[in-house]
Amino acid sequence: MRKFEREQGLVAPLDRANVDTDLIIPKQFLKSIKRTGFGVNLFDELRYLDEGYPGQDASQRPLNPDFVLNQPRYQGASVLLARRNFGCGSSREHAPWALEDFGFRVVIAPSFADIFYNNAFKNGILLVPLDEETVDRLFKAVEDNEGYRLDVDLEHQRVTTPEGEIIEFEVDEFRKHCLLNGLDDIGLTLQDEDAIRDFEAKHRVNRPWLFRDKAPA
Amino acid sequence: MAGQTLYDKLWSQHLVKERDDGTALIYIDRQLLHEVTSPQAFEGLRLANRKPWRLDANLATPDHNVPTTVIERAEGNAGIKDPVSLIQVQTLDDNCAAFGIEEFKINDARQGIVHVVGPEQGATLPGMTVVCGDSHTATHGAFAALAHGIGTSEVEHVLATQCLLAQKMKNMQVRVEGELGIGVTAKDVVLAIIGNIGTAGGTGYAIEFAGSAIRSLSMEGRMTVCNMAIEAGARVGLIAVDDTTIEYLANRPYAPSGEQWEAAVADWRGLVSDADAAFDKVVEIDAATIEPQVSWGTSPEMVTGISGEVPDPSSASDDTVKRSYTRALEYMGLTPKQKITDIRLDKVFIGSCTNSRIEDLREAAKVAKGKKVASTIQLAMVVPGSGLVKRQAEAEGLDKIFTEAGFEWREPGCSMCLAMNADKLGAGEHCASTSNRNFEGRQGYGGRTHLVSPAMAAAAAIAGHFVDVRQLDAQPAAQEA
Ligand code: SF4
Repeated sequence: MRKFEREQGLVAPLDRANVDTDLIIPKQFLKSIKRTGFGVNLFDELRYLDEGYPGQDASQRPLNPDFVLNQPRYQGASVLLARRNFGCGSSREHAPWALEDFGFRVVIAPSFADIFYNNAFKNGILLVPLDEETVDRLFKAVEDNEGYRLDVDLEHQRVTTPEGEIIEFEVDEFRKHCLLNGLDDIGLTLQDEDAIRDFEAKHRVNRPWLFRDKAPA
Repeated sequence: MAGQTLYDKLWSQHLVKERDDGTALIYIDRQLLHEVTSPQAFEGLRLANRKPWRLDANLATPDHNVPTTVIERAEGNAGIKDPVSLIQVQTLDDNCAAFGIEEFKINDARQGIVHVVGPEQGATLPGMTVVCGDSHTATHGAFAALAHGIGTSEVEHVLATQCLLAQKMKNMQVRVEGELGIGVTAKDVVLAIIGNIGTAGGTGYAIEFAGSAIRSLSMEGRMTVCNMAIEAGARVGLIAVDDTTIEYLANRPYAPSGEQWEAAVADWRGLVSDADAAFDKVVEIDAATIEPQVSWGTSPEMVTGISGEVPDPSSASDDTVKRSYTRALEYMGLTPKQKITDIRLDKVFIGSCTNSRIEDLREAAKVAKGKKVASTIQLAMVVPGSGLVKRQAEAEGLDKIFTEAGFEWREPGCSMCLAMNADKLGAGEHCASTSNRNFEGRQGYGGRTHLVSPAMAAAAAIAGHFVDVRQLDAQPAAQEA
């Protein structure tokens, strides 16, 4: 997993509550054998005017000019601003994969759905919960100022606006530790690498038949 | 101190570390891989620049998507018509080659359903922890191995760390005591157990199947029972080691040999629950009460004996049951109180990781021998669980018995168990199936699955409707077509 320390990024506003995982990545794209490449289908139904299916050449599809991520001023955004209950719906990990693949590293919203919360952190995306009123102010600021960027600092748990305002946010200690160190579940387990090696060595002595260095002919 | 259950022993033999949050790191001895749940795991490794921890712990084979007709299979991967299926199988080949994992490819004689292949090769051994990205991994518990299904991110986790994050389950013992009647098989036993405890009865438990009736089963039969532990809600099914286990494993390619065999057998003898072990729950079933089973509904617990009838929802004890029965009967196109023997069939499927081993095929062939599939049956197919099962069956002439009776004799794979390849039910069709799940649409959109044993499936194929396999010889109707 990629480490997350700080992101100074362009903000894209998605002015919707209850953005569900089907909206983030529609189910027809779950058949893929990959966990990358979902970025072109992020928010597929909102982004394109036609119906998407896997394996299409996205560059040939008609874009919805009204959708915020299609507007030139938001190209290259890495911070997504949204309304409450972001990520509700299914447990599909494809949702954070799609956000990450598209280039988002931070989502700011008043609240997040449970499973999505776990999945996002597991995949290197920082979720920043801010109160409704602050989120509202940020929406206005993004709207009014083209090229509006936020500085999101995980170590100090604060968001700094271009005007220099500092907004503090909460994050679970354990998840913060994992993100700062780029530890996914596997990374975490590998912190116990020595314990695993010790166990394995003993296991090999006790039950050597469980280990074979070559497949039978 | 109370003794340990078999599950407790397997757990403590693999415990690497307990974590503060109540989870534990468990060492995994064997991971079986197939094409459906592994691609993203391999990609994850690649993205994070990781390597498999221990190559020899892994064994792969494609099974879910492989076509089962001889013509298609002759072409190897190129015979897979569905592009998505083809990509999955091809990706497994590529990943195994790239990472150095041993794979039995589509036309290797050892290819087959992972849960048939592992034990057949001796790649599943007593005392192992076995995982696979497939819920029917419980099958391997028949060898006193701690085996269960995992998700794709766990497949990646095991590849990378040789460990799984797990939580200890509770212990349940299901004792089936007494002698099974003639014509009553392992499949009937497990269906009767599920009918008794329900599909959620085993949730949170590791179930150990015990008792004289279980001990009397062959390894094939034991695998059938453990296979469906998951349909009883339990991720893990277990059966203690005895002579049957050890005899089955002798001389299997991946099993130990020579001195190591002796040491292993000595160790395996200890893989039984202690006499004073405490179980959180015990269920007792009298083997003599079990008759051949047929599922009538859309959940494996909706099952009854062959002499029974479809239930009447209006006499159900509570509203939830009533609603689910009503819905199931509607989907299945059955009427309340209809006799099970009056259910007419369109297709018959003998196969799947539950019932595609040599013994299953022998039982079915015994019934089919010298008879003809009823003219009303559109398709009756036999799909062996592996290339080696197929070869063995052919050596015994079972294929001839089947084809002469009018069954199709196919190439190994999951086939119509979940209809991921071209083998499917049409809407409204009734199928006698030896697989494990009768959910709506499982064997094809609108398809109606009835779970039965191989002998019962063969008998139904001959009769065109369900019949009591125990009365077959006395029943001329079975021969009419
Ligand atoms: S045979 Fe059926 S249940 Fe068994 S592994 Fe294949 S699809 Fe799953």
